[in-house]
Amino acid sequence: MKRECDKCGKPATVHLTEITNGEKIEKHLCEDCAAAEGITVKASLPISQLLEDFVLQSAGHEDTSDLRCDVCGLTFQEFRQRGVLGCPNDYDAFSEVLDPMLRQAQEGAEQHIGKVPQRADSGQEKQNTMLRLRGELRQAVASENYERAAELRDRLKEMEQ
Amino acid sequence: MKLADLTKGAGEWLRGSGPMRDVVISSRIRLARNLAGVPFLAQCGPEQQHEIEQRLRREILNAQIANEVLYVDIASASELDRQLLVERHLISRQHATASHPRGVTITSDETCAIMVNEEDHLRIQVLRSGLDLDDAVDDIMRVDDLLETRMDYAFHAKYGYLTACPTNVGTGLRVSVMLHLPALKMTGEIEKAFRAAHDMRLAIRGLFGEGTEATGDFFQVSNQTTLGKSEEQIVREFVTEMVPQFVAYERRARESLVQRRVLAVDDKARRSLALLRAARMISTDETMYLLSLVRLGVNTGRLEDVNLKTINELFLLTQPAHLQKMLDKKLESEERAEARASYIRQRLGAN
Repeated sequence: MKRECDKCGKPATVHLTEITNGEKIEKHLCEDCAAAEGITVKASLPISQLLEDFVLQSAGHEDTSDLRCDVCGLTFQEFRQRGVLGCPNDYDAFSEVLDPMLRQAQEGAEQHIGKVPQRADSGQEKQNTMLRLRGELRQAVASENYERAAELRDRLKEMEQ
Repeated sequence: MKLADLTKGAGEWLRGSGPMRDVVISSRIRLARNLAGVPFLAQCGPEQQHEIEQRLRREILNAQIANEVLYVDIASASELDRQLLVERHLISRQHATASHPRGVTITSDETCAIMVNEEDHLRIQVLRSGLDLDDAVDDIMRVDDLLETRMDYAFHAKYGYLTACPTNVGTGLRVSVMLHLPALKMTGEIEKAFRAAHDMRLAIRGLFGEGTEATGDFFQVSNQTTLGKSEEQIVREFVTEMVPQFVAYERRARESLVQRRVLAVDDKARRSLALLRAARMISTDETMYLLSLVRLGVNTGRLEDVNLKTINELFLLTQPAHLQKMLDKKLESEERAEARASYIRQRLGAN
């Protein structure tokens, strides 16, 4: 249900329930009116907002329409629609888009300086091979090619060791 | 250990102990982790999601993260059980309402919960009462290390731990501290505190996390930056700067209320207690609102015959799923209002 802002009629994005003396008062406001009332702080930059900002800013400069991860097949358009990535390789596939977004969301940072897994030995390449094999496995199962599926499953098991 | 055992007490986060417990209800840290060489959850088909769930369930149960753990298969759990876990902050709302194969592992003391197949393959979380993030971070790193010996995490030299949503990438670490700020609300200074939070790049949410409004003067404050800082740095900022600042604001507001408007505080706290003791039907919202004011009365020393632990427990045990679980039957909204009022009268020694 889309609600309009109680004050100006724009789409309401801030929904508040206030309880005063046990009486419930609901408020629906757009971000601007809410801010004017001092009610809310635009506390987080949700991923959808970041994506839209990026697309608006880069309009005419960069063509993102043909960005696609060749490992999981996710396109940038699909990422925009659902806000989550498809596989670890997307970070490399979409890096030109993600880097500026990350800088905005992460106080300018784009390099991890925290914990590193003790087993960080299995390289990106191996991970991508496994991702591709899994993709093939799904197709093999879907097309009822069970011999091929068994073969792929064995190879994956081996790589997981 | 059974799920039903959980309704007997209030669990870790409402124990009402720990540093700065007059203002800080609980501290929570979570880590987002994904398996290497496996697509993120949204890109997996149902079969693969099932396979991941089975594998992670097995690995977590074999990792011996605690003496006694319980694994709940969320996909086959009843609606009431799922709601119960949400009320206890052991799973997210999204995890409760999704429809794909998923689960959660809970340690018997409820200090650690690991969600399987939430937005990421693994969401490890550790809870503590009061402001106890140092202990929480030690514990979560221990669990993370234990799990990591059994599987490869998706990790990138530049981006760190890879997460389905880029806003969690890097450390995958989110610290959330739940604050009770009734005095700031009463003095109208809460907006100032929110703006300060915004300047510190913190997100503020309601009692039950994302997408919920703050109810009964409870606010959840969490970090937004997950990349470019170490885990220790993120936690340290909370412990030494951010939380103490909120606590100082709230304590100052409480002092000023007691000094200047003591009658108003007494009036609100005592009326609230009287209403709780007299009500024959009461909603969750009204209960939260009244309990919050009683808690303010207790914490400012203006109400002496009420036990803080009881108040803390009531916040949780009067929630819909808890009531139904305690009475062991499904109740409609009106029946719940009656059961809730009756339980509150019993706990607060009412007439």
